[in-house]
Amino acid sequence: MPEITLIEGLLQAMDEEMARDDSVFITGEDVGPRGGVFRATMGLYEKYGADRVIDAPLAELSIIAVGIGAALVGMRPICEIQFADYIFPAFNQIVNEAALTYYRSNGDWHVPLVIRAPYGGGIGGGPYHSQSVEAFFAHAPGLKIVIPSTPYDAKGLLKSAVRDPNPVMIFEPKKGYRLIRGEVPDDEEVLVPIGPANVTRQGSDLTVYAYGMMHYYTLQAAAMVAEQDGIECEVVDLRTLVPLDKDTVIDSFKKTGKALIVYEDNRFLGYGAEIAAILSDEAFEYMDGPIRRLAGPDNVPGMPYAHPMQEYFMLNPDKIAAAIRELAGY
Amino acid sequence: MATGVQIVHQTGDLDDAGLDLDNKTLLEMYWQMVRARRTDERAWMLHRQGKIAFHVSCIGQEAIQVGAAYAMRRGHDYAHLYYRDLAFAFGLDYTPAEFFLGVFSKAGEPSSGARQMPAHYSSYQRGMLPASSPVGTQVPQAAGVALACKLRGEDRVTVVTLGEGATSEGDFYEGLNWAGIHKLPLVCLVENNIYAISVPMSLQMPVPNVADRAPMFGIKGVIVDGNDVLASYRVMSEAIERARSGGGTTLVEAKTYRPTPHSSDDDDRTYRTREEVELWKQRDPILRFEAYLRARGLLDDAAITELEARVRQEVDDAQAAAIAAPDPAPEDALFPIFKE
Ligand SMILES: Cc1ncc(C[n+]2csc(CCOP(=O)(O)OP(=O)(O)O)c2C)c(N)n1
Ligand SMILES: [Mg+2]
Repeated sequence: MPEITLIEGLLQAMDEEMARDDSVFITGEDVGPRGGVFRATMGLYEKYGADRVIDAPLAELSIIAVGIGAALVGMRPICEIQFADYIFPAFNQIVNEAALTYYRSNGDWHVPLVIRAPYGGGIGGGPYHSQSVEAFFAHAPGLKIVIPSTPYDAKGLLKSAVRDPNPVMIFEPKKGYRLIRGEVPDDEEVLVPIGPANVTRQGSDLTVYAYGMMHYYTLQAAAMVAEQDGIECEVVDLRTLVPLDKDTVIDSFKKTGKALIVYEDNRFLGYGAEIAAILSDEAFEYMDGPIRRLAGPDNVPGMPYAHPMQEYFMLNPDKIAAAIRELAGY
Repeated sequence: MATGVQIVHQTGDLDDAGLDLDNKTLLEMYWQMVRARRTDERAWMLHRQGKIAFHVSCIGQEAIQVGAAYAMRRGHDYAHLYYRDLAFAFGLDYTPAEFFLGVFSKAGEPSSGARQMPAHYSSYQRGMLPASSPVGTQVPQAAGVALACKLRGEDRVTVVTLGEGATSEGDFYEGLNWAGIHKLPLVCLVENNIYAISVPMSLQMPVPNVADRAPMFGIKGVIVDGNDVLASYRVMSEAIERARSGGGTTLVEAKTYRPTPHSSDDDDRTYRTREEVELWKQRDPILRFEAYLRARGLLDDAAITELEARVRQEVDDAQAAAIAAPDPAPEDALFPIFKE
């Protein structure tokens, strides 16, 4: 099985879906001949032409709104926001328009729209090329949200997103675009359903919940503590943030009784807060220690540019391992 | 400020040479305008009686709306309407029965299952795209609809409407920017009634006409007297044909006026004089069209009496049916957020 990078998984997904379905088209800033600033759409312009890989004007609101309009009448747009940090001009179109359309039209209209956005820090991007924005959107009913942490899931989730009749946001861990490698078969179709979480490591001492780049780091941390401390973590890669696979989340907690939720965003009201709340609501009697969150600091509004300060903000396998050890001590 | 294209001049002069509307259609358009007016007036009355919670009116703007609807290939072209477009919606086959289900928020309300406020038009069968409340959002969406039509090589035109206040939103600029870049088969109709709730034109934009902004998008801008249904029809027909034949987008500005308050929650005495309102009532689009039809020998007192009775019956029936309809069940709030 060939080994590819996470971003290659995304590119393959778009290529295959465009070949399969004429109604799929891509728009976003620099997605055309440039192939995207991260090269996620590299070669697609040459292969599918200017009508299907459309360089958008530099205006995020309309990148999404044009996608919504096209989706309403049967197209399957993939809209790329160059950095998740720049999605906010389109917030209204996403949250008030795309998310609500099916409900508020009594099911008459739906919006099969895919929004791709690279997110996350640790790449020297400063406060405006490093953000994790998933909590804003996860709060709004009507949006499916996926965050892959492997090339396989990146490919399989994006392909499923294109086929989904609803708006799906895929936040891509850009630090992992080329760093994260993995095997992806080239002789069978790779489809990962939107919804199920993935237990990526079995263990009995505690459960670590993570997604995206933090899941990649968590697996490294789990291997460290197993080897150095004999702590056996179970690791759950959430993969789909909305709709959340509550069963898998709760089942693992019932088994271990301890939960560490790791996310890169600022801690306060981040996505992991909801996981903590669900566990305390619905699995209280299994609790065998505090439900812990390890996340970005609350008193730092964005990821600073200078390397030492960036590293202060950013989680890494060592910080995760330390949090695991502490929790395991209960 | 320009008056725009006119056919039935305020002076009574007529410039209808070459107009491609037969007598039957002319009378049908008149009926649509009266039907919208009487439906709308009924809603105001129901609100005063405390029987409905909210109404937003199309009164005074029936001419541009009916003219625009009749310029479309109805059932083929797409329309993305805004809350003031009751007469436009009627022109696209929407009915008083549906409207009253909306103002009474009853089960079976077709646009949203009574989940939205009244006048948020949506109909999949009729190609009426689903309206929301944030103003202006429909413009770039309509550009997306038009883009899809263009990519698929269809000859459908998309008509999107909004008020002049909503043109201050970034959505308007971004949408027309796409329309200009891609020469989209789109008509953007701005119903300029001079006010956005209380805020007048002069505080909304630094130019006298919305259409003055068309050149910045590389599209054509046209001003029409929006209280002249025939001029509205003509200008919209030309814009739609231009869009259909590959000529790109037109920004049509219809000069009009809203003689009623913004909505049933508004008190317009706080921001404009009664004299101004009275002046515009004399420019009533229905009276103007009536004068034209009489001058052409198509309408007389007897015909008007008959038509008014017919409309009244339809409005009465629609109101009664809505009152008799059941309320939505509370658990209808749980309609799924995702399509299977
Ligand atoms: C984004 C947004 N801001 C504010 C409002 C509240 N609001 C509803 S209608 C309106 C005025 C709109 O004026 P205009 O666009 O001129 O349309 P008109 O009502 O005059 O036809 C306002 C401020 C809204 N619906 N959406
Ligand atoms: Mg206005």
